[in-house]
Amino acid sequence: MEGFLNRYRNITVLLLVIFAQLVLVAVQVKNDQDVRMIRVWTVSAVTPVARILEGLRGGGVGFVRNYITLHDTNAENRRLVEENGRLKLENTFLKNEVNRADRAKALEMFQTHTPSKMLAATVIGMAAGANSKVVFVDRGSGSGVMRGMAVVTPDGIVGKVIAAYPTASEVMLIDDPDFAAGVMSQKSQVRGTLKGDGTPLCRVDYVPLEEKVAVGEWFYTSGDDRVFPQGFPVGAIKAVRPGTGFQEILVAPSGIEHGPPEDVLILIQGVHQEIPDTPQVNQPIYIAPPPPIATTQATAPTGTTGATGTDADKLRAIYKAVGEEQGHTYGVGEVGSKPPDFTKLPSTQPGGRVPPGAPASRGPAAAGPAGAPAPTAVSPQRPPATEPPQTDRPPDLPPAKKQTAETPADASRRANQAAGVPKGPPH
Amino acid sequence: MSYSGGRILLSSQREGQVSRFRAWVLLVVPLAAILFQVYVPLFFGFLGFVEMPLLVVVYFALMRRNQVSGMLVGALVGLAQDSLSKVPLGMYGIVKTLVGYFAASVGMRLDVDHNFIRLLLSFVFFMFHQILFWVMERALLSHQPAFELQRWLVLGLLNALIGAALFHFLDKLRETA
Repeated sequence: MEGFLNRYRNITVLLLVIFAQLVLVAVQVKNDQDVRMIRVWTVSAVTPVARILEGLRGGGVGFVRNYITLHDTNAENRRLVEENGRLKLENTFLKNEVNRADRAKALEMFQTHTPSKMLAATVIGMAAGANSKVVFVDRGSGSGVMRGMAVVTPDGIVGKVIAAYPTASEVMLIDDPDFAAGVMSQKSQVRGTLKGDGTPLCRVDYVPLEEKVAVGEWFYTSGDDRVFPQGFPVGAIKAVRPGTGFQEILVAPSGIEHGPPEDVLILIQGVHQEIPDTPQVNQPIYIAPPPPIATTQATAPTGTTGATGTDADKLRAIYKAVGEEQGHTYGVGEVGSKPPDFTKLPSTQPGGRVPPGAPASRGPAAAGPAGAPAPTAVSPQRPPATEPPQTDRPPDLPPAKKQTAETPADASRRANQAAGVPKGPPH
Repeated sequence: MSYSGGRILLSSQREGQVSRFRAWVLLVVPLAAILFQVYVPLFFGFLGFVEMPLLVVVYFALMRRNQVSGMLVGALVGLAQDSLSKVPLGMYGIVKTLVGYFAASVGMRLDVDHNFIRLLLSFVFFMFHQILFWVMERALLSHQPAFELQRWLVLGLLNALIGAALFHFLDKLRETA
């Protein structure tokens, strides 16, 4: 027997090792449970190294980018100081705002505007194996992450946590063939099941043939799966064709449109949201220029400041002028004192303009058919030909915005738009 | 690199020289291979096809010329790969155990310092790895993965080329006699 074992030692060891692993696989498949300890060991051994590598990479890239940015900024500042002090301050301020509007800022904005409790995480690695649709993030059970939690970005859902380890978590992306989530279309409220296909597009199954869904329509999470709360964007329909029994619908997942995102949000505590009624908007929004301040100031001394503003403003200006003419100060008179005589109001032009003493307000705009003030006659949807349309790229200070000092909130909002927040639907 | 007089087949096992490695090499290289597969495709997606853990298993098994050692390296690397993927533990482990065993068996009979042999063996073991994994997915997990033979052939060739270069680099980590 001993001679037999010595002679076939290698093949015996091979069979034993293979048999042990077969038993391991069989136990997991039969019980549908994982041998967690081995995975914890491996993940705990590998992810710290991956985090260090990611830290080194991020630090290196950040140093290079910051150095280059700083270099450019200094050079530009010198030139701007020579040109104009005001422009320099404005430019520096806007540049800082743009730099600040990075992905983390966008995620933070999204977190603020979404009722769900979220945890920001960074993707630190892909799962082993070719064509892997699973990633590791740097937040684990130590941070409160649990298996089954949803992972999203402002652009759309990304996947769900399939395993939480102390220092990291494993996230199955929505294009994984094993992924499924309940979804609902935006317009017709058609429900279906989103499934990964291993390709950049996902399928929406179980949508009956009689239901109407159109290419371009958005799908949102329905909340039926108890993983994703209702109201998170999933993606737009790319193709619809009749299948056997159900429609074949292909959706471009907006959350992983450009591959796995680097930063994600884990829904620690999901809250259902309303699915927005308005269609998904990816077009840039034009912001009309502010009303001309100089004109208003020029007309103020004459007591006819109502050249611009609402009808109530115009009326208020008229009454104020009448009061001043009669030596009355509003808010001062005692009870029982004589009020101003409002029976002698000056006649007004169509559109509420006061003819006397208001030459500055009688420009070409006032000479229109209806005499409406209509500041530069610009509608929000249609910018004037002389104004370049605002795009969703980082702002280069469009002319419309140069006319007035921009508040930090305005700049921050536009910077966040540039950083990608508005790619998602309105929440 | 030393060639055995241009011969590919060894007349006896004694002709083949058993390579020795320091302990840290045996620990760090497989870990680096797994890290490569986990981390690098995140930023260079086109490198996702590189089966670095498999190439490392093939190299150590070929050079150690010991079947038990080859299968153990294969089992450990495979289990680590399983741990970092969503398949049940043991799937990659079994495949790589067999790869390690057969690579060590082949290494005892062929001149594994020969570049062409390395290229050929890397290609063959890549195909073996892919096909066996496909079979196991169907048999053990009842999955229906696609049989992408043409794709595997191309990827096998690319992996073989990378393997030949990698083996050349790893040769420098061998202990000199």
